[in-house]
Amino acid sequence: MAVKVIKKNCIGCGLCVQTCPFEALQLVEGIVEVDPDKCTNCGDCVEVCPASALELNEPPEKMSDNEVKEVEKREKIVKKIKRELEDYRGVWVFLEQFRGEIAPVSFELLGEGRKLADNLQTKLCGVLLGSGVEKLAEQALWYGADKVYLMDDPVLKDYRTETYAAGLVRLSQKYKPEIILMGATTMGRDLSGAVATELETGLTADCTELSIDESSGYLFQTRPAFGGNIMATIVCRHHRPQMATVRPRVMAMPEKDTGRTGEVVKENLGITEENVLVKVVDVIKEKKAATYLDKAEIIVAGGKGVGNKENFKILKELADLLGGTIGASRAAVEAGWIGQEYQVGQTGVTVRPKVYFAFGISGAIQHLVGMQTSDVIVAVNTAPDAPIFKVATYGIVGDLLQVVPAMTKAFKEKMGV
Amino acid sequence: MHFVVCVKQVPDSSEVRVDPETNTLIREGVPSIINPYDAHAVEEAVRLKEKYGGKVTVISMGPPQAEEVIRKSIQFGADEGILLSDRKFAGSDTLATSYVLTQGIKKLAEREPFDLIFCGKQAIDGDTAQVGPGIAARLKIPQLTYVLNIEEINVEEKTIKLHRKLEGMREVISAKLPALLTVVQDLNELRYAPLPNMIRAARYRPQVWTTENIEVEDDKIGLNGSPTAVRKIFAPPEREGGEIIPGGQENPEETARKLVERLLKEEIIADK
Repeated sequence: MAVKVIKKNCIGCGLCVQTCPFEALQLVEGIVEVDPDKCTNCGDCVEVCPASALELNEPPEKMSDNEVKEVEKREKIVKKIKRELEDYRGVWVFLEQFRGEIAPVSFELLGEGRKLADNLQTKLCGVLLGSGVEKLAEQALWYGADKVYLMDDPVLKDYRTETYAAGLVRLSQKYKPEIILMGATTMGRDLSGAVATELETGLTADCTELSIDESSGYLFQTRPAFGGNIMATIVCRHHRPQMATVRPRVMAMPEKDTGRTGEVVKENLGITEENVLVKVVDVIKEKKAATYLDKAEIIVAGGKGVGNKENFKILKELADLLGGTIGASRAAVEAGWIGQEYQVGQTGVTVRPKVYFAFGISGAIQHLVGMQTSDVIVAVNTAPDAPIFKVATYGIVGDLLQVVPAMTKAFKEKMGV
Repeated sequence: MHFVVCVKQVPDSSEVRVDPETNTLIREGVPSIINPYDAHAVEEAVRLKEKYGGKVTVISMGPPQAEEVIRKSIQFGADEGILLSDRKFAGSDTLATSYVLTQGIKKLAEREPFDLIFCGKQAIDGDTAQVGPGIAARLKIPQLTYVLNIEEINVEEKTIKLHRKLEGMREVISAKLPALLTVVQDLNELRYAPLPNMIRAARYRPQVWTTENIEVEDDKIGLNGSPTAVRKIFAPPEREGGEIIPGGQENPEETARKLVERLLKEEIIADK
């Protein structure tokens, strides 16, 4: 009694192999093969197959006693794994702080984590590591946490993978959270990879959507892959915690409620400075506009259509008038017209301004994934079929060198500048 | 000094699409390249070898055709290359991949201990940035990500001083070797491969290590060793397009004015 494989349909994606609770499937030469001794015809694989390459066999009228025993034995093993997973409860958000200031992405994640925790009927907890940061804990409560785990130790003054990973691993092993969320910042990406490896669990980077699957209770983690050309939903079935990172400004900032209170649980790190192999010698501020690009409310971005370095001045004039910031597509950066720190998109910065002006930007998917959550998008491009017009709130088909100066002029007149 | 560089063969991501009818990847005709960040990692290791002496070994996990990225690395000036290739590795996620690479590096280290391991900051196909940190965690060595500049290596004391690129700032770090570094593109500029390297690369056949050669546990590799599973893939949702204000070509000035009026009237941009 085993599922049937329709070989011509199989695309060798391996989804079924991972889904099978009985390890009855494997890929041989890129095609799935069923081990009839292990398969119970449960149908899990049939359900996940994206290519209709598997189908259920009609169950036989009666199973032999041995077959029944075998199925029961395997079900027991699966139940045991599931029981172990049930020990893991609670949604955690790593509270990223730099010199006593919590990164906004941590609050955004508290907002998202609140929804997940409510859905799972469990607690939302913040995790705060640092030196002299105790007073920051209440902020996490204001943004939705029920509880904050705090490790306050001079060794944690500067962020270092070694000490922070050790702290988070220790807390996670002790309190067993079901989900850990972190910002996909340099710190979050550095830390999450180390922690997930230590905990031997799954980690999904740069999620754009998180939800709880109703039937399984698993965290569905959706993220762009292949430079944003594809969206993939990832699950972590048999390992806990389920870990995910989310880029800044992908989730909405929740309301702050300074009346909210909760519990702060203090824990010790147990590492002395002499044993740490990495030292932070200095931190140097880069005096560049890119610092603000990801915080800008108005972005005036230029692409290939700008034509040359000189023409960026036309964009700058409009940006200055509106109190906005200059941005650019990869094409403009690669042409050398503007620095890489201005680049918006998959390999640059993700932005979510109130208004995004896209001038001479065709709208390659790599660019769109970095700006398409902007509230309003205004596009000017000579090509009427440019993909940017598909996402633009307002578009003008025309030459930006004519349209942009005219816009600046009109703004000046209307605003009486 | 022994420099080990992890490299990955990736599809040129700008060419990958989803078939909207079947929701499967269209891989046909997509060219394979060395992950661009890894190319800069190899370049940096070769530059350090030129400065401090030593050897550069590249290591990759992938199908047999991934030996192409090892040849590419030889062009850049690497001395040796190892390809970890076995059907059993197929379907590995980042946790399983970092395990296989770590086991490969450990085997390599039995012969020649390493001082520095390099990785690109992330691969352009998955963009996860997880494998580098995974290897460092498994080897229990310092992990220094987003490296922008290597100031100096003290060969006697086995220490390194370098700069990391953070949001709007750079961090100056000193660390004990051996260590693992992941690098950003601004670290260096790729140089043209000299002719002797090109010739050597064309003839080069990397060593291929399978599960026979390195010590791996079956339940830690491939699909079985991968906690994460792709539940579904789909084309990204499109944002609803809005309105084209006509007349941009015939009368740009008037059209621009209309647009500005709309933006102000709908209070998208406030008239302070």
